[in-house]
Amino acid sequence: MRRAVGALLRKEAALELRTPQVIPGMALFSIVTYVVFHFGLRRNQVSGDLAAGVLWVTILFAAMLGIARLFVTDREEGGFDAFLLAPVDRTAMFVAKAISMFTYLALVQVVAIPAFVVLLLGPGLSGEELLKLMAVLALADIGIAVVGTLVGALAVQTRARDLITPLLALPLLVPVVIGAARASAPLLTLTGAGTLPGRWLVVLALYDLVFGLLAYAVFDFLLED
Amino acid sequence: MTVDATPAIDLRGVTRRYGDRTALDDVTVALEPGRTLVVFGPNGAGKSTLLRILATLLRMHGGTAKVLGHDLKSEDWKVRGRIGLLGHEPLLYRDLTVRENLRFHARLHDVPLARVEELLDEVGLIARADDQVHTLSRGLVQRAAVCRAVLHDPEVLLLDEPRANLDPNAAAAVEPLIGPESGRTRIITSHDPAGGLAEADLALGLRAGRTALLAPAADVTAAMIGELYR
Repeated sequence: MRRAVGALLRKEAALELRTPQVIPGMALFSIVTYVVFHFGLRRNQVSGDLAAGVLWVTILFAAMLGIARLFVTDREEGGFDAFLLAPVDRTAMFVAKAISMFTYLALVQVVAIPAFVVLLLGPGLSGEELLKLMAVLALADIGIAVVGTLVGALAVQTRARDLITPLLALPLLVPVVIGAARASAPLLTLTGAGTLPGRWLVVLALYDLVFGLLAYAVFDFLLED
Repeated sequence: MTVDATPAIDLRGVTRRYGDRTALDDVTVALEPGRTLVVFGPNGAGKSTLLRILATLLRMHGGTAKVLGHDLKSEDWKVRGRIGLLGHEPLLYRDLTVRENLRFHARLHDVPLARVEELLDEVGLIARADDQVHTLSRGLVQRAAVCRAVLHDPEVLLLDEPRANLDPNAAAAVEPLIGPESGRTRIITSHDPAGGLAEADLALGLRAGRTALLAPAADVTAAMIGELYR
């Protein structure tokens, strides 16, 4: 399993470095969306629930771009068949794709979060606030990566994959947006950081666990003809 | 031809449908280890479907299939890694180099990376090994696909018109890997009666998914193959 996951991750990295598509696309989408919010809301600063909503809805929509592209190269260039011919656990592809998706999200957020802070948050984040926000981002990104991998594998088998991806993924990811927005709202107030609501972190962690196990159990069947 | 007690390929009544269309209908054939089966038939006759079933990439909807003694319905995982598929698609990533592609497959199959260099040298691709696949001609891509198919030294080779796009020199270069002297059990699809029959032990003719011809290759004439295409 580890060997196959390693081989798949190397391949994913090589393809994204050779012809960058997913990360630049997601990052540009995030920045442009924050610019649109900046002018659309006619505010220089947002705070609390509104700030968290803008942050997470944008991240979620940016993730749709990555999810829609996650398996396209494998499907179009025979990577699925080549993988299925190898004597490896098929779940290796789920693990490798979920790790790739998580990495894409994390790299995009390195650009998108500063853009959000500059365009919409105003005063910026202290080191402590940033650390807490990173914890929320990590838990939410795991959920998006797991569900995104599952949906991406399903959608790529269909002709209408660009339509199917958001139609399946968005409803499934609503709990992630709720949990992540509630958890991060106190960190994004103009009056200074509130405490991190542990209850919502637990919700996010439980979501990750449940969908991680579910995806692990059913992924093999998604690769069947 | 006598059939060994444990044939390398043993298909009995294999049926596969795509929606309402039956692509393979009750196909029965057995092949001894180390022998070659050539499959003829017009486009859409079910040749590629047959190869994909044997490669464990498609499920059957009826019948039984054993490859190397393992039932494909219950033990397909025991067969993977022991078969090599060379189809119409090269199964190579276009934006990766030939070497990167083959190393990826070597890692998946747990094959030493030195084998990649050995094969690249053997098919005359070493000078183009660091070129991206999409920059290569179809013939060179086919050579790379041959390397990919035999990288893990499979016991069974499934070859879908394997010499398509290859010039005589390239065909000669890949011959030791996929030809009769490779010693592997081979199932080849072909539209070339003379060439196909010359390298085969058994011939199967498919028409609209059904077996229209099954006989030792030595007993089959080009005219009999021509009948399949009428």
